[in-house]
Amino acid sequence: MYPRSFEYVSPGSLDEATSVLASTEGAKVLAGGMSLLPLMKLRLFSPDVLVDIGRIPGLSSIEDRGDHLAIGAMVSHAATASDPSVAEHAAALATAASWTGDVQVRNQGTTCGSIAHADIAADQPSAALALGATMVAASAGGVREIAASDFFVDTLTTALEPGEILTEIRIPKQGGGSAYEKLGRRGGHTDYAVAGAAVWLDVSDGAVCCGRVALTGVGAKPTLAEGVMEALIGTDGSDAAIAEASERALEGVTVLDDLFGTVEYKAHLAKVMTRRALQQAVAAAT
Amino acid sequence: MHVSLTVNGQRAVTDVEPRTLLVHLLREELGLTGTHVGCDTSYCGACTVILDGKTVKSCTMLAVQAQGAEVTTIEGLAANGDLHPVQEGFWERHGLQCGFCTPGMIMSAVGLLSENGSPSEDEIRHGLEGNLCRCTGYHNIVRAVEYAAAKMRGEEPPAAEWEEGSS
Repeated sequence: MYPRSFEYVSPGSLDEATSVLASTEGAKVLAGGMSLLPLMKLRLFSPDVLVDIGRIPGLSSIEDRGDHLAIGAMVSHAATASDPSVAEHAAALATAASWTGDVQVRNQGTTCGSIAHADIAADQPSAALALGATMVAASAGGVREIAASDFFVDTLTTALEPGEILTEIRIPKQGGGSAYEKLGRRGGHTDYAVAGAAVWLDVSDGAVCCGRVALTGVGAKPTLAEGVMEALIGTDGSDAAIAEASERALEGVTVLDDLFGTVEYKAHLAKVMTRRALQQAVAAAT
Repeated sequence: MHVSLTVNGQRAVTDVEPRTLLVHLLREELGLTGTHVGCDTSYCGACTVILDGKTVKSCTMLAVQAQGAEVTTIEGLAANGDLHPVQEGFWERHGLQCGFCTPGMIMSAVGLLSENGSPSEDEIRHGLEGNLCRCTGYHNIVRAVEYAAAKMRGEEPPAAEWEEGSS
């Protein structure tokens, strides 16, 4: 199954890549290709030009920069999942990456690609949202930073402009604990999420002081469940407090059904996943 | 476009359209038809090859992305007529029925064992989650990988289930 014909460009530098994107109508960025190439093979999407960023130096590393971790555009899911600094400071993202796709997809696909693609059932976008990540976008006009809370606009739609490349995501080293929980379409943690929840929170003087919960697979985009944290902050983070707070997971969220679950089922799952992720995050933070 | 890569230790240089997938380069340009095209949607893993040490789905990768890479296909496993331990395991433990998924299963198993020489049954099943068998022959595939793992560690493989208690 061949995609439609296209022109292929493999720039040797970020400047070259952004200038090709700026000057070429209908160009699309190719990183791992795990979402893009299947769409092209099914001819649901047929870009005129592919700009392969896979040979640009400096995009394949995970760096500890003191107050944050930076995950480059070509870092694979497998690399994110196995990196000790990600495990330490962003456990929710490490777990989400380890449950993305399958072994071969994790070897080839990228964390930044999954976030830029913004599939509603993908694991890493909600982890990035819960961790308060910052997305770094480069274009011919320069570099700008986009907060995760502003990044996810709608289904498969982000704040990235045509001509911009997501060059890295930055995760603040903010202490506390984080976790990700999901039910995969093939059961357990395998495949896309039917529903999932990512949590980051911190505990101070025996009470939950701050945090974020983000849901996967239930709404039109990765969504912050603000009611949950509102209910949990100030409590001791006990199982009872968590159970009560998790009931508010869907406040302000329009749950969408799909082939893998009804609205009622996904709403139920979202609360269960929220509760489990909260329990793990509290345990990690204390 | 010009692509040069190393396949099973041999240098291959060819001209392809940008839209040519790696699996088509292997099968149609190089005649290495052991790598199968199964689902064509990235799910089934029949097209799995090892690229620069990592398993990838060659139906979901452009040939031009493999420029300069080292690729191992199922044809590259046996050496001097001796089967690779994983191939031997599939033979000895009946790890296949129709055989269509087998090249991909074997490449994924080789990839798994290169990272984990003593996988548990659970780790084997998760390590093969990117490969589907429509005959549902997973049980013996797991036994085949256990056989290979033991062989590669220099140990005696566990007895076949149909031989247990028979002697």
